[in-house]
Amino acid sequence: MSRQGRPQDTRKVSGELFSLTYGALVAQLVRDYEKDEEVNQQLDKMGYNIGVRLIEDFFARSQQGRCHDFAQAADVLTKVGFKMFLGVVPTVANWSAKGDEFSLILDQNPLVDFVELPETHQGLLYSNIICGVIRGALEMVQLEVKVWFVQDQLRGSDSTEIRVKFLKKLEDAVPAGED
Amino acid sequence: MTIYNLYIFDRNCSCLYYKEWTRQKEAGIPREEEFKLMYGMIFSLKSLISRLSIISAKEGLVGYTASNYKLHYFETPTGFKFVMNTDTSVGNVQDVLRHIYARIFVEYVVRNPVARPGEHVDSELFAAKLDDYIQDLSFK
Repeated sequence: MSRQGRPQDTRKVSGELFSLTYGALVAQLVRDYEKDEEVNQQLDKMGYNIGVRLIEDFFARSQQGRCHDFAQAADVLTKVGFKMFLGVVPTVANWSAKGDEFSLILDQNPLVDFVELPETHQGLLYSNIICGVIRGALEMVQLEVKVWFVQDQLRGSDSTEIRVKFLKKLEDAVPAGED
Repeated sequence: MTIYNLYIFDRNCSCLYYKEWTRQKEAGIPREEEFKLMYGMIFSLKSLISRLSIISAKEGLVGYTASNYKLHYFETPTGFKFVMNTDTSVGNVQDVLRHIYARIFVEYVVRNPVARPGEHVDSELFAAKLDDYIQDLSFK
């Protein structure tokens, strides 16, 4: 298997294959865990582990530099990040008065193209992996955030809304003996 | 251009990778100690540079020139630090360091599922690709 030339690779994976693969993953988790909450938690954890690496891929592909405030970070997250990895651009809305919290509104979510939630799994946050990815990726750029689903089209809402809250700024580790 | 050596640090002060190509003289201290001093110097330089800077910016350090070598510095927004020493005739190598990050480090370390974040890079593939790239540059 040659890995030559992959960094600039713009080959696309079929969106359907991607959605179905993700579906298989969630279905397996649902079989492995008893409660929907546990599945949600696992998805978030997996997303986090993806996010901490995905961010490097993001910087390798884009010429994006450091963001100077949270609003700019939100902008880049949606217009560059979501566009690059999911092919959709969510709308940034509902900023809190302090400017430390915003919502991502997804009119279209490629993960849920073929999904219906069964009656028995109404507590399942099917796309919860996205929350984990955002949390992991932003942590690597020194932003500690909390990310959660506010509403989900799968659970009968009009649109999918993910809330992102800024918690604190992380600093680089200080070498021993420095102040 | 002659490339002397390369250090890669992560944001937790640890040196993930070190490689030398042309280095005739040792620093006379244990390697670990040298890594710590290097990181410490970069850290202090960065903080002084941002204090003296006329605008508030986090980036600033791109390197320095000593009488007999030149140090080049590149940092990613995620805190990876690439430090390269070369001879003084070398111009700006930000693109070279960026290439090492984007095309070699991300490709063979970050995307390698066995390589755990924050651990020393042992990948032979990474070492080989890096070496190829550097050797290639040295002949230009």
